Amino acid sequence: MPLTTPFHPRVQARNEAGLWKHWAGYLVAPQYQHSLSAEYYAIRNSVSLLDTTPLFKYRVSGPDAARFLGRVLARDIAGCPVGRAQYTCWCDERGFVLQDGVVMQVDDGTYWLTAAEPALRYFRVMAREMGAHVEIEDVSRAFGILALQGPHAHRVIRQLTESATPLRYFGATSAMIESRRVMVSRTGYTGDLGYELWIRSEDACVVWDALMRAGRGHNIVPIGTTALKMARIEAGLLLMGADFHSARFAWVDEQRETPLELGWSWMFSKLDQDGRDFVGRSAIESELRNRTSRWTTVGLAVDWHDYERVYSEAGVVPPRHEVYAESTMSVYRRGSTEWDYAGYASSFTTSSLLRTPLAIAKLPLDLAEPGSEVDLEVTVVRRPQNVLACVTRMPFYNPARKTAAMGEEAGDE
Amino acid sequence: MSDARRYDAIVVGAGHNGLVNACYLARAGLNTLLLEQRHLVGGATITEELVPGFHFTTFSYAISLMRPEIVQDLGLVKHGMMVLPLVNTFQPGLDGEYLLLGPDSDENYHEIARHSPADAEAARDLDHIIARLVRALKPWMDRIPPNSRSDDPAEIAALAELKGWYDELDPEVRTMFEKFRTRSAAEILDEYFENELVKSLYASSGIIGSRCSVRDRESGLVWLFHKLGEYDGEPGHWGFHKGGNGGFTQVLARAFESFGGTIRLNSGVARVRYEDGRTQGVELADGTVIESELVVSALDPRQTFLRLVDPDDMPEDLIGHVRDFKFQGTAAKVNFALSDVPTFPGLEGREDIFTGFTNLGPSIDYLMEAWADCEEGRVSRRPFLDCCVQSTLDPDMAPAGKHVMSCFVMYAPYHLAEGNWETERDRLGDIVQETIEEFFPGFGELVLHREIVTPHDIETLIGLSEGNIFAGELFEDQLFLNRPAPGWNQYRTPIEGYYQCGSGTHPGGCVSGGPGWLAAQQILGDRQA
Repeated sequence: MPLTTPFHPRVQARNEAGLWKHWAGYLVAPQYQHSLSAEYYAIRNSVSLLDTTPLFKYRVSGPDAARFLGRVLARDIAGCPVGRAQYTCWCDERGFVLQDGVVMQVDDGTYWLTAAEPALRYFRVMAREMGAHVEIEDVSRAFGILALQGPHAHRVIRQLTESATPLRYFGATSAMIESRRVMVSRTGYTGDLGYELWIRSEDACVVWDALMRAGRGHNIVPIGTTALKMARIEAGLLLMGADFHSARFAWVDEQRETPLELGWSWMFSKLDQDGRDFVGRSAIESELRNRTSRWTTVGLAVDWHDYERVYSEAGVVPPRHEVYAESTMSVYRRGSTEWDYAGYASSFTTSSLLRTPLAIAKLPLDLAEPGSEVDLEVTVVRRPQNVLACVTRMPFYNPARKTAAMGEEAGDE
Repeated sequence: MSDARRYDAIVVGAGHNGLVNACYLARAGLNTLLLEQRHLVGGATITEELVPGFHFTTFSYAISLMRPEIVQDLGLVKHGMMVLPLVNTFQPGLDGEYLLLGPDSDENYHEIARHSPADAEAARDLDHIIARLVRALKPWMDRIPPNSRSDDPAEIAALAELKGWYDELDPEVRTMFEKFRTRSAAEILDEYFENELVKSLYASSGIIGSRCSVRDRESGLVWLFHKLGEYDGEPGHWGFHKGGNGGFTQVLARAFESFGGTIRLNSGVARVRYEDGRTQGVELADGTVIESELVVSALDPRQTFLRLVDPDDMPEDLIGHVRDFKFQGTAAKVNFALSDVPTFPGLEGREDIFTGFTNLGPSIDYLMEAWADCEEGRVSRRPFLDCCVQSTLDPDMAPAGKHVMSCFVMYAPYHLAEGNWETERDRLGDIVQETIEEFFPGFGELVLHREIVTPHDIETLIGLSEGNIFAGELFEDQLFLNRPAPGWNQYRTPIEGYYQCGSGTHPGGCVSGGPGWLAAQQILGDRQA
């Protein structure tokens, strides 16, 4: 039997759709209601509550914790002081991405880290090899994680704790909710205003109930993983297993990607100034120096008129309602040659809010500049058709509230 | 006496490799006769209804290495081939602990993580690198190996290709390959795992059918060998054929007859007839002579070179290698008819735990203690058992609600220090039953019937020398370029028209059909040349 999260009694009671999925061996709801759109719009219109417990969770502590993470993680851990969180990734020696995750320094020299795949043994082996005095614990089962995301997220959480209000984007703090200690970070996977809460498993349902109560006047909606994934494309956030895969389980290098190929060059903007010795550094430096990236990851905004045209010409209505796909779609270079393969899209959604079909795609560098036009292959009544798509800087959707200060004025009702 | 008919080809021995070989020859248009000494085809791959309604896989009991190309070439599906996937693997401990692994990798992660999260993660790494290695090795499983003793430019080129392949292997894959070649299963596993249940689950593949312990370097390659198969393309996965493994050889027999081949049962071959280095046919045990210029031995190398022909007519070098070829069988079978599935304390009523391999051997120490007895020339007092209750998947194996349980036993040395296999037979049965009882209390009360198959039985009933289930040990000096002897690893023999196609040739043991298939390629190629 799959495991259940500590929120399961609440999730089960609310799962009207009766659909379940497996995520890392846990039972999770892909959606609660019959309307995916209602869940999706909770993220953009009111406030949503998502159980993201199946993530693997690690606690790294000890005198060498920072030195260890500085070696293992590709992004500079020095940028993660106490009370800060950081989106990061870790690579193998060849500079291929093993995983991405969020790390936060919760206390002086104590870090918490999320990961989509197990990494305990990998970290322990690395720690042993570098002789680091560090303790790495798997605390996956000790905590549940809830994501409270949406424009009303602050108005909900401030009813339960004042600690969240001063948090800047990617800030983290300990807080008390219903007399239970939780860790609150201003992070999320939706690209909206929001918080993530690490909650001790035994406190899970108490905190869930408190959030739902506080959210009642704000149309709080528990959401499943599908609505989240629709929002994350708008936010330009990559998903391991869809937009890239761990190099650890690849068969060939074509299945491995470097952080630069994933569009994360911003993680290495100060590489020439810092002397960091992290795993994969020399490969990444060489890739930067010699411009050997095989492709990069970009956003594609599909031309609305062209999308409309190919379906209309086939005599059908274009699918725009609740479309989310992780299947590979080919991308072609536009020009005199037909079907001139250039790359592929790895995620696709028809954004209801932005009224545009969106994709995350891999393209060669010469096509990757914003404004470049390419053809995206869609299947229209069982036949392949090309539609015009335009390379667009991600995120596609980036509301000011995501990073705005939450003071009295912003949080006021 | 002589058979009036004259055949284009005679295949000696209707084990699965003999059947596969005969199928390919008949399919190519050769009038082919398949001779079997017993009353049924299949060799070590048979199912027998020893008690009404209970179908026993007397010898081999599961399938994985079967070459997918053979299934396609011979159209085996239309003749009834159906392999059921093993669902679960159950590894019980003696302390109430257990590992129950199934088809979902995330569930398996959490199941192993109950014992060790680090091991659960390591299992993914290990499974992946083994899968990559197996994929890299597949081309060499599926071709006639090069001849290391030949001056033929084609053979020299093939050896160069082999070297080139090795040099171009992904470094990670090559490193793993070297580990399997040079290290024991236990040594490799120490690198990956800390938990004994996990280690021993993997390690037991390294001793199956082989006279070695999990700490002997030979166990690395034996383990790898058992991972070289697949189920629906999933590397290393196993299945049960419908109706037991004998169901599979019945499929092959039907395919052979559909190609126009003739099967003759109860027809043991006394010798192969040849003159001036050319094959003339065979003489059966009853003196019947059957003529053919092409004879293929599906028997093991000892039978092929020391019994069916006069070793004095063979090159000394070859005979020397065959005499030194290690058989030294160490495996036995005890098969049960049961009134119900056994009960594991804490998992009462869970029939699903038996829908795959059940491994009794919960620690490296347990496996080493079993080995210590073998070294002394004794049956292990607490043997490693690989058990399959096939009737949990295939209801036609036993009457409704009742079950058959196949138990593969390590170690049962062919050469006993004291006594003989007639005096030790029942003791073997008792030891196995007592061992199962330790893990599954109350087991004895479920036993309706038991069949004991000693290494001696394996030799006398189906002709595998010293009861070696692979027709010779799967040790590196007996594989690939050296199976069964350097220079004689390409299915030919010193006698023109006399070939070998048993598991004592490449790619070796298990129900792979590879030897039969590759030998047919060689034979048909030689006829065209």
